[in-house]
Amino acid sequence: MKKFLAIFRARNREFLRDRSTVGWNIILPIVLVFGLGFIFSDTHRPMFKVGVVAAGDARDPFLETEYVQFIPVEDADRARQRVARHQLDMLLELGETKRYWINPDSPRGYVLERMLPAQGYVREEIEGREVRYVDWLVPGILGMNLMFSCLFGVGYVLVRYRKSGFLKRLNATPLSAFEFLAAQVGSRLWLTLLITIGVFLGTDIFLDYMMNGSWLLLLFVTTLGAISMISLGLMMSARVASEELAGGLLNLVSWPMMILSGVWFSLEGAPVIVQWLSKLFPLTYMLDAARRIMIDGAGLADVWLEIVVLAAMSAAFLALGAAMFRWKAE
Amino acid sequence: MNAIIEVRNLVKQYPQTRAVDGVDLAIAPGTCFGLLGPNGAGKTTTVEMMEGIVTPTSGEILYKGEPLGARFREEAGIQFQSTALQDFQSVRETLEMFAALYPRHMDIEELIELCALRSFLDQDARRISGGQRQRLLLAIALVNDPEVIFLDEPTTGLDPQARRNFWDLVNRIKARNKTIVLTTHYMEEAYVLCDEIAIMDHGRIIARGTPQQLLREHFNDVILELPENIPAEQLRDLACRSVAGRLEISTGDVTATLRELLERDVPLNDLRIRPRTLEDLFLELTGRELRA
Repeated sequence: MKKFLAIFRARNREFLRDRSTVGWNIILPIVLVFGLGFIFSDTHRPMFKVGVVAAGDARDPFLETEYVQFIPVEDADRARQRVARHQLDMLLELGETKRYWINPDSPRGYVLERMLPAQGYVREEIEGREVRYVDWLVPGILGMNLMFSCLFGVGYVLVRYRKSGFLKRLNATPLSAFEFLAAQVGSRLWLTLLITIGVFLGTDIFLDYMMNGSWLLLLFVTTLGAISMISLGLMMSARVASEELAGGLLNLVSWPMMILSGVWFSLEGAPVIVQWLSKLFPLTYMLDAARRIMIDGAGLADVWLEIVVLAAMSAAFLALGAAMFRWKAE
Repeated sequence: MNAIIEVRNLVKQYPQTRAVDGVDLAIAPGTCFGLLGPNGAGKTTTVEMMEGIVTPTSGEILYKGEPLGARFREEAGIQFQSTALQDFQSVRETLEMFAALYPRHMDIEELIELCALRSFLDQDARRISGGQRQRLLLAIALVNDPEVIFLDEPTTGLDPQARRNFWDLVNRIKARNKTIVLTTHYMEEAYVLCDEIAIMDHGRIIARGTPQQLLREHFNDVILELPENIPAEQLRDLACRSVAGRLEISTGDVTATLRELLERDVPLNDLRIRPRTLEDLFLELTGRELRA
């Protein structure tokens, strides 16, 4: 433990005193969250969306309205939740009595209500906040920043230590490979969580993100995601002694992850091959779980599969990385 | 002799070369042992195998009669030929980190005094001079109060004054009854510091003994040095060669040679007489320049 702490502290100092790197780790995600959040804040859906709960083949003159997309709905409770979050503009139930639900804060809901025939519909209100693009984007941006920080902050540093001979020097002490690697993982985990949490809470003051789930569960999923990506970085650099090769290898995993893990846009409508590829990356599971916790208010029972996958990936990467680890340049 | 380190028939085969080709050594406790040889002779490979850093192809290395293990790591101090340290750490922080890696370590303040680190203790370890850096690396090698210390070319690249300071330091460590294994390509350094030396070339040991012993064994002559501008005609038949701007005449009988030179009217105003040095021995044995 004394040895772990010595290496842990030294690595923390090295990172925190490198002002330019720390600055970049904090500024980049803030710029991205604000910039992209505002750039894309006006790209609303092109049409009005109305969910329809219909028993059998119910007909209604309102369903003939043009420029309104009518979406058949199975789960009325879930649809009402979507109205509350402005993801649906209205929910229409065509039973014996015709009912509709709108969010009184939604301008589109107001317009749709005006288009309904004046008689024969019962009005219901659901209040709730709109899910903005930035609410959906913020886990993606912070997750991506965390991914780069974990992969390069461990992978690249390890290669630099190996190339410079610092690892060889440590190898001449009683320090074991496990103690050394544990301290590197610990240091990066601590620093990257500190930065991620700080940026999240700091930008939350201005952007007021939607948070419907448990903070603790969100922290747990983020921590597990960070561990899995640090382990991946460790594995990629377990025996590489060239910074250029390490950079190539790390880019090889980080770029596809950045594009295919659903950082920027939902993968729901993406081709099957892309969806299949995205399942290979730890970031996909972390983002998926984080968004469901924040937006849908998912609990432990809803995201257990993501947690199991992240834990399994971490264990596999760590075991492989430790087995392949070399102190010296070959 | 009860050796603290014993090496038997050590071999290191790399795909292209046989870097070490059957080396046997025995190092007595409390002595300073010097491993000399031209670049590429296999010194560093031999020493790094003794340090447990490089795995031998074959052969045996014993520390206090046992194969290298946890005990050796705790009791050995190592200074590599070049060591990078972690960025953004002060000299004191670097020392304290290494100290924490050992179950037992030397008092940091004592170490700071011993290696004269006080004046730059709070500076970034990357921004200290070459001599200061070598003293810091030596302090790191000493941090666990080791019984045996390996120094691989510790003064290469230092100016003469920094080199002499470093020698004083090594002598102080010797006085604490430590065993030192030193590689160098400065013969003067070996002569000043080492109780016993071995000269290596092409992966083999070609001579071994105390410096005085080796000189006695290989030479029974002295060198007369003269300026180079003396006509070759005057020196014919004498064992004479030109070295670094001076003529060197080797002789076992100084009186006879001087008489001969006087008879030939050779001007002797600039004459110097010197004994044979390790450098002469080295060139004699390896036939190569002893240079980086």
